[in-house]
Amino acid sequence: MRYLDGFRDPQAAAALAERAGALAARLERPVQLMEVCGSHTMAIARYALRGMLPANVRLISGPGCPVCVTDAGYVDAAIDLAERGVRIATFGDLLRVPGSRRSLADVRAEGAVVRVVYAPDQALEWARQEPEHPWVFLAVGFETTTAPLAALASGLVRSGPANMSLLTAFKRVPPALDALVADPALAIDGFLCPAHVSAILGADAYRPYAEVHGRPCVVAGFEPLDILLGVCGLLEQLVAGEARVDNQYERVVRPEGNLVAKRLIDACFEPVDAPWRGLGTLPASGYGLRAELAHLDAEKVHDRPVTAGRDHPACRCGDVLKGVLEPQGCKLFGRACLPDHPLGPCMVSSEGSCAAAWKYARVDP
Amino acid sequence: MSRILLEHGGGGRLARELIEAEILPRFAGLVGLPDAASLRADGRELRFAADSFVVQPLEFPGGNIGHLAVHGTVNDLAVAGGRPRWLSLAMIVEEGLPLATLRRVLDAVRDAAEDCGVAVVTGDTKVVPRGQCDGLYLSTAGVAEALSELILGANRVQEGDAVLVSGPLGDHGMAVLCAREGFDFGTAPRSDTGPVHRLVASIASLGSSIRFLRDPTRGGLAGVLDELARDVSLAFELEEAALPYAPATRSVAELLGLELLHVACEGRVMAVCAPDVADAVLARWRSLPEGAQAARVGVARPGPARLILRTALGGRRLIDPPRGELLPRIC
Repeated sequence: MRYLDGFRDPQAAAALAERAGALAARLERPVQLMEVCGSHTMAIARYALRGMLPANVRLISGPGCPVCVTDAGYVDAAIDLAERGVRIATFGDLLRVPGSRRSLADVRAEGAVVRVVYAPDQALEWARQEPEHPWVFLAVGFETTTAPLAALASGLVRSGPANMSLLTAFKRVPPALDALVADPALAIDGFLCPAHVSAILGADAYRPYAEVHGRPCVVAGFEPLDILLGVCGLLEQLVAGEARVDNQYERVVRPEGNLVAKRLIDACFEPVDAPWRGLGTLPASGYGLRAELAHLDAEKVHDRPVTAGRDHPACRCGDVLKGVLEPQGCKLFGRACLPDHPLGPCMVSSEGSCAAAWKYARVDP
Repeated sequence: MSRILLEHGGGGRLARELIEAEILPRFAGLVGLPDAASLRADGRELRFAADSFVVQPLEFPGGNIGHLAVHGTVNDLAVAGGRPRWLSLAMIVEEGLPLATLRRVLDAVRDAAEDCGVAVVTGDTKVVPRGQCDGLYLSTAGVAEALSELILGANRVQEGDAVLVSGPLGDHGMAVLCAREGFDFGTAPRSDTGPVHRLVASIASLGSSIRFLRDPTRGGLAGVLDELARDVSLAFELEEAALPYAPATRSVAELLGLELLHVACEGRVMAVCAPDVADAVLARWRSLPEGAQAARVGVARPGPARLILRTALGGRRLIDPPRGELLPRIC
């Protein structure tokens, strides 16, 4: 933990906050920066970084929580399988994500077997111990999670167990950013790029957003000093009128990313169109199992294709994500859409833009 | 809601809602559902408490279900201002439980009871067919004599009062989680299961300056303070840099993305006291082995009811009340 404390030093943080203030003053206009990744969103909330930033700098939470953008139709399919007696292994934060009517936590209470994994290998162990039961692993996540689950899939091919299959809803970060920057209304001045996703993808993956779309990008780690440094880096580019990809997280992220992991992903998965809660279906924005691994595909094994769930027609998460709408401007906010029964991803994530706005708007800490 | 969710048992918001909707309206004798009841018999003030134990695994670094069964009830009695005296022990045993396991658990009950100065005076044993309980469930009830100097109650908490904890937070919850999931991170968190009656007795002479005591079990310190904040319509502000954590516990929580303020302790006491006696409480606690790492961690502020954390970086944020089930995040 001493290692981590170095990235949480109060004096260094105060100095960076001061530097951000000086840079923002030179910009003389409101600036909106998007933290793309859900772990940045959680860290910004946990260390209360918003309050340390200059008044004209606003952080907007991006579509960067793969669980929160998981479509209701996917959750419905998982629930269906669980109710047919298939045993489900899942990451913990998917348990409460709402399907069309219920969550996995609800069907677990009704007797379905839904177990939370801390590491994917545990699920293999369970499946081996209970060969008489079919098991399905809920394979969701960004590139960071796709890579280890590609390793899991190739292990399944090699040595089983044969009663385990994957229900995939992987998401790829770049196509989501492509969709955001393609909108001329986008009111985002710069991107704070993900830490661990970038360890796989590499910092070069963000070059189009800087070079084609003119949006400064900084890859930043998840510790508070990383994030403050990243914000300062973005403000420096804005002050200088430049747009490039800076890599603040060099201790983990290389320009080309992790080539071994990328090869492993490509060996098991291929890009597919994927539905994002709140954003609709985005082309090539997910990963599905390659045809030769169809015997691992839970949709085929159990003959239960995932059909896209319907977003609430009035949900404005897409506009909140693009920075063109405040959460309070959505008609559903605080009425039909609340932290306890969220509709859009910005409310599903406990620190998403809408959930945070709901929590903090009513009480100013 | 037509069925009970796991979260209804987790000491969070759903647990409170269940109690308020289904239990309190049915039993007039339950006022605010204290962890221990205050009773009078023959002119003597008594405290009476009951608790059940379903921990999995039965044995974990730092103790076993037998230690918990004694400490849980002893601590409920102690934080109600009692000197624990008598204990009952009821067991529901699953067919097939190794006798060696049962012996280790019963030895733990005996040793813990002796350490707490309580006598196990009655009990019950049931055996159920395999699959009908998870190895062994224990239930204890206890009776204590009141420490007459203490006048405790949520309604006595005032603006400006200090919040103190007797030691590192979250050790029990993280130790059990690691043991259950088979995590091996080199240095394993160790349960803090232990009695707090000596800690309570050591500050009894400070009398009415001690306003409120509670053991932060399920739901952790955030759960206890959230409930108190609602009861008294005050805010509590915690100082992140002052919160004591064991390094192994903190490391695992970082790795899994869990909030330690939501994680259970089983051998700590939280006190709310007048600010002018805070140093005296700390000095007395720190003179006991179980209070060596006691710390002053927060203060009561004017309402509305909420928990605020002053982060080590100097920011302020709200602490969510615990929901009831600890779920690791992938992002």
